[in-house]
Amino acid sequence: MSSPTAHAHHAPQGFIRKYVFSLDHKVIGIQYYFLGLFSVLIGLTLSVLMRFHMVYPDVKVSLFEKLWPVGAQGGIMTPELYLSLMTMHGTIMVFFVLTTVPQSGFGNYFLPIQIGAEDMAFPVLNMMSFWTTFVALVVMVAAFFVKGGAPLAGWTGYPPLSALGPVSGPGEGTGQTLWIVSIAIFCFASLMGAINFIATTIDLRAKGMTLMRMPLTCWTWLVTAILGLLGFAVLLSAGVLLVLDREAGTSFFIPAGLLVSDQIQNHKGGSPLLWQHLFWFFGHPEVYIAILPGMGVASQLLSTFSRKPIFGYRAMVFAILAIGFLGFLVWGHHMFMSGMSPYSALAFSVLTMCIGVPSAIKTFNWIGTLWGGKIRFTTAMMFALGFVSLFVSGGISGIFLGQPALDLYFHDTYFVVGHFHMIMGVAAIFGMFAGTFYWFPKMFGRMMNETLGKLHFYLSFIGVYAIFTPMHFLGVAGNPRRYADFTNYDFMNPLMPIHKFMTHAAYFTAAVQIIFLINLFWSIKKGARATENPWEATTLEWTIPSPPPFDNFGGKHPVVYRGAYEYGVPGADKDYIMQNDPAQTPAH
Amino acid sequence: MLLAPIIWVLTVIICYIFAAHTWWFPPPISAHGMDYDAQFTRTLVITGVIFFVAQFALGYAIIKFRDNGGRASYTHGNNKMEALWTSATAVLFIGLVLMGTKIWASVHFTEAPADAMPIEVLGKQFAWNFRYPGPDAKFGHTDIHMVNDQGGNPFGIDSKDPASKDDITSGSLRVPAGKPIKLILHSQDVIHNFFVRELRLKQDIVPGMEIPFHFQADTPGTYEVPCSELCGLGHHQMRTTLIVLPPADFDKWMKEQLAAK
Repeated sequence: MSSPTAHAHHAPQGFIRKYVFSLDHKVIGIQYYFLGLFSVLIGLTLSVLMRFHMVYPDVKVSLFEKLWPVGAQGGIMTPELYLSLMTMHGTIMVFFVLTTVPQSGFGNYFLPIQIGAEDMAFPVLNMMSFWTTFVALVVMVAAFFVKGGAPLAGWTGYPPLSALGPVSGPGEGTGQTLWIVSIAIFCFASLMGAINFIATTIDLRAKGMTLMRMPLTCWTWLVTAILGLLGFAVLLSAGVLLVLDREAGTSFFIPAGLLVSDQIQNHKGGSPLLWQHLFWFFGHPEVYIAILPGMGVASQLLSTFSRKPIFGYRAMVFAILAIGFLGFLVWGHHMFMSGMSPYSALAFSVLTMCIGVPSAIKTFNWIGTLWGGKIRFTTAMMFALGFVSLFVSGGISGIFLGQPALDLYFHDTYFVVGHFHMIMGVAAIFGMFAGTFYWFPKMFGRMMNETLGKLHFYLSFIGVYAIFTPMHFLGVAGNPRRYADFTNYDFMNPLMPIHKFMTHAAYFTAAVQIIFLINLFWSIKKGARATENPWEATTLEWTIPSPPPFDNFGGKHPVVYRGAYEYGVPGADKDYIMQNDPAQTPAH
Repeated sequence: MLLAPIIWVLTVIICYIFAAHTWWFPPPISAHGMDYDAQFTRTLVITGVIFFVAQFALGYAIIKFRDNGGRASYTHGNNKMEALWTSATAVLFIGLVLMGTKIWASVHFTEAPADAMPIEVLGKQFAWNFRYPGPDAKFGHTDIHMVNDQGGNPFGIDSKDPASKDDITSGSLRVPAGKPIKLILHSQDVIHNFFVRELRLKQDIVPGMEIPFHFQADTPGTYEVPCSELCGLGHHQMRTTLIVLPPADFDKWMKEQLAAK
């Protein structure tokens, strides 16, 4: 382990250098956070529009006609408009929210500090990774404004639907191309970020900060970065091949003999399944990228606010590594019905069940951490507890979907939509809320309002259960996903009350997020001043001022003597011992 | 505190709705369907217990271990417990998937019986078409240049091929009850998916591939078929029906179709 490299660090001067093209990982982390916040508001709005249309497909809304004169003529959303909103909802949420905030937002800000470093290993690369992500977002949003509008092939973009151009549907022209280009740009940004996280974690740990003394957040950021490095490279390649099929007359994904909109397609030799393999080889690690940092935050908070060490640190590290490794071996469970070899389904399903094991270990250990603890119910802790409950709920439905025999019914139904929303759309989001309430004092030097925080938590917790649990019942009833409306099938008529319930729950829960926004922005300006360590936590970020100086440790090099979870140590004079405290009790 | 009873109430409501079958599968119409339901129930019971216990333990911990002064019990874990619940989880999860293997194998590892009735399925944006080979048991030659949806030739059947003379096409899928059926799935344009809830079966239909898929429906009735893979703006309207007829009625229908040719 090499010693932290000196950056010959001078405080940045000037507005542009301090706040726009900053090299400071803390500023970059905040930039990513607000990019993610902006994106989640877009994604949330899209989902509310979707839920409205699903239950009121014939209701005229003059606002729709103003926004989309072609896609919503007469104020009624066309199915192609619905599908494009759905595509962009998934894409923006997965890439610009779930892949940015937990890793590039909180990870950027706190990885260097938690390991005792002045900054990331490559500050210039860090700055470039943010601005590249920003450009990717601009390109993605631009897809709404081009002729034909945004693409309609889903966030998974399966060819031939996504590869044939406008002949296969509106939005499949420039909109689809911009979508691919945006994602390709995002891949570059992610690769830059991944390199930085890995190099930083390996090389810049302070004296005494062994890998097994790192907070679990650092482990999740490291493994997430490795997943990103390997996964995004494959997605980038897939995107290049898809663009070539669309623009250069190649046929990687398009077989011969297609007749689309009465036009014979001039392609041959390609396989639609090839895209699915490439996409999901990225796509499965991607969902672990989305959840692992949230798991790290949950571990951190459950220990801190139970005043007790994390239960089974070594097992938790093992579980993170196992999830990362196995995450690359299970992509076929997204393809059980795809027409790929049914024998491969056996391999993929056994591996998928295996990956359920480390997830279960983490859940048991979270509850084990609480057990025998002295729980402090701060808002941050509430979100961590909520995370555990939601992770259990979302994970359980995975046991059904991981079995190809059961997937014969559940594939492409709302059961799947319920499953991934519980895990990504809720548990991961709660992980971000937890991180926000926990680290806000350090980032902004002020406390968030606890009353508003708890109100937001309780209403959101009930709200998300109300929105996403019924999706499992819809799935059992066989309700397919990605349908603009449900008026064409007799069997779906009795399911409309469920859809209406979910829509109203969505309105309610979306509105509740205003409480969070008020809390966030008001507290930045007017929150009570925060001390250095308001939570009495042990990790290195709580040894420096709130907010920290530009070089984190004021030119000093911290030395670490113990692990990150020394709470409630018998014989110690306080119920927590900081990692950099050399004091009497034997170090771990 | 307040979170614990909220978690408990949500857990009880969710378990109740599942147990009471408030919204449920339609009744199965095949032996495979009954096997499917048994595996689903097994999975539901096991996961239901885990769900219930985990959420209750979480709620219990929230109430029992709230801070009222003093120190927490200092422990870094318990290796024996780790080993125990890790192995139990592994056995349960892997056991479940292995139990379902027979069902998967019967659908995908076995060929259709030799006497299965072959029926060609053609999915296209946004309609279903089915073709029976007729008494000569041969499907007539098709050519993409001859496809004419408006003119009643969705398959592009080449009428010059003698084998095509007795081919019967239909917009809905009629089959005799109690007889094995072998579908041959084709797509003309993008990926679609053939799904019948009552059969507990679905299969993606992939352009460039000819995918065989066999089943046997035992209960007469009409069952809706919703396309189940996003195929474009008409995906939610791409509907057909599986009509299971008593064998005598099916034969009558087939004779009527052949006579009408």
